[in-house]
Amino acid sequence: MAKIITMTSGKGGVGKTTSSAAFGTGLALRGFKTCIIDFDVGLRNLDLIMGCERRVVFDFINVVNGEARLNQALIKDKRVENLFILPTSQTRDKDALTMAGVEKILEELKKEFDYILCDSPAGIEKGAQMALYFADEAIIVTNPEVSSVRDSDRILGVIQAKSRRAEQGLEPVKEHLLLTRYDLDRVERGEMLKVEDVLEILAIPLIGIIPESPAVLKASNVGMPVTLDEKSTAGQAYMDAVARFLGEKVEHRFMKPEKKGFFDRLLRRTA
Amino acid sequence: MKTSTQTAFRDAPFQLRGASFTMMVLKVGDPRNPNFFPVLAGKIAQAPNFFKNAPVVLDLDDLPPGMPFDFGQFSGLLRNLGMVAVGLQGGTPEQQKDALAAGLAVLPPSRDAKTFDPLAGSGRSPAQGMGAGGGPVEAPARPAPQPEPAPPPAPAAAASRGTLMITEPVRSGRQIYAQGGDLVVVGPVSPGAELVADGSIHVYGALRGRALAGVGGDKASRIFCQSLEAELVSIAGLYRIADDMDRKVLRKQVQIFLDDGFLHIDPVAA
Repeated sequence: MAKIITMTSGKGGVGKTTSSAAFGTGLALRGFKTCIIDFDVGLRNLDLIMGCERRVVFDFINVVNGEARLNQALIKDKRVENLFILPTSQTRDKDALTMAGVEKILEELKKEFDYILCDSPAGIEKGAQMALYFADEAIIVTNPEVSSVRDSDRILGVIQAKSRRAEQGLEPVKEHLLLTRYDLDRVERGEMLKVEDVLEILAIPLIGIIPESPAVLKASNVGMPVTLDEKSTAGQAYMDAVARFLGEKVEHRFMKPEKKGFFDRLLRRTA
Repeated sequence: MKTSTQTAFRDAPFQLRGASFTMMVLKVGDPRNPNFFPVLAGKIAQAPNFFKNAPVVLDLDDLPPGMPFDFGQFSGLLRNLGMVAVGLQGGTPEQQKDALAAGLAVLPPSRDAKTFDPLAGSGRSPAQGMGAGGGPVEAPARPAPQPEPAPPPAPAAAASRGTLMITEPVRSGRQIYAQGGDLVVVGPVSPGAELVADGSIHVYGALRGRALAGVGGDKASRIFCQSLEAELVSIAGLYRIADDMDRKVLRKQVQIFLDDGFLHIDPVAA
């Protein structure tokens, strides 16, 4: 049974698209046929992060408007088997989406895919509501700072009130918290919220903590989901999150500052 | 000469305030019954002081559908008995129009009207008829002859209607209003959320948003919470913002109430 997952946050710039790319790639690496949809109409970014921007011919909006078939718009990833991207339009805006059009595409995708990952735009308006309306599960991307936590709280309220599952009185959307850009040093110094502080306010299960890592920006710039960088802590943390999403018990890593060994200190001093 | 709205309000020759009163509701069954007013007069004679110039709200829900009703004449007859008709509760659009024309206010329909219906329905339910009528085979054949009245679970139903129970976290941006009763939240209330109740507010969790109890003017209503981290608390219009709260009560289990016209925030012994 195909599942629709929405990656959302309320606030912008917290890492929704990066997380969608990394998480979706992770699901595909685990053998699930996965499609990532860019719902951020007008601010097309997912294709850049996934490194397929030069292969976009038709997009999500073309399919909604019946100008192209779904198969013409889907882009198959060249690196990972089972991974597809549905890019969005850069020239249109959120008003180009219709509930009926989105539903039709999702129903069609459900027949072929195991997971459909919707990369939501920021905000709580039409675009974001459209991305979360059909969700079975939601991953809330949050940074450890107060405004991000408050906006996440708000979007959780929107999910509980305005999703299809809420409107039809079905089993509620399953919520997961993904804490990104977690900077251990700054948390230690009290400049960022602790995991416990965030959990206390949002009160939803934690699916993963992604440490702040230079590998993330580097990966974005070269169009490679960070999950494919197996050496990076962020990539490993995303794979852990995928495992937890699939119901496996995995300990949270990267939450304690790494013990700097003698050689590390020596190297750092000389470097 | 122009004055800003603010000054205009401050210098206004009146004050507009909310207040709540207890009033009698007169449920009118058949006003054409010749005994209607004599029986009512008999009732009033039992406690003349209580009924003297008492305001009365009319309820015409029991009136046979389509029966015309003369508000002016009826009010006049009530006046003769010493009662003052002030409004109509619920009613059809036509009745409401006529009531307004006769100088009566239109009030929202009664809340206990609904509690009654499901009870009446369950009394006649096939399951109960079967239980009273004996064997399940013959039960459908004869209708249950309304045996002894079913034990009325009315008080419990009424109590649960008066209390709004929320069993999930109240998220930022959400506003919950418990009309005519208490609000109970089992879970945290996030910053930016707003709880409003005509009665008291109970939060079994941290209160981080706003809580306004007794918005209908009930000064006896209170706010209870497990951890006071609220942005604003208010009872019957008197409010206090986070900045003005005593640091000693922050993050404590407290109750908030009115006494001598002041808002008190007192810790509750755990």
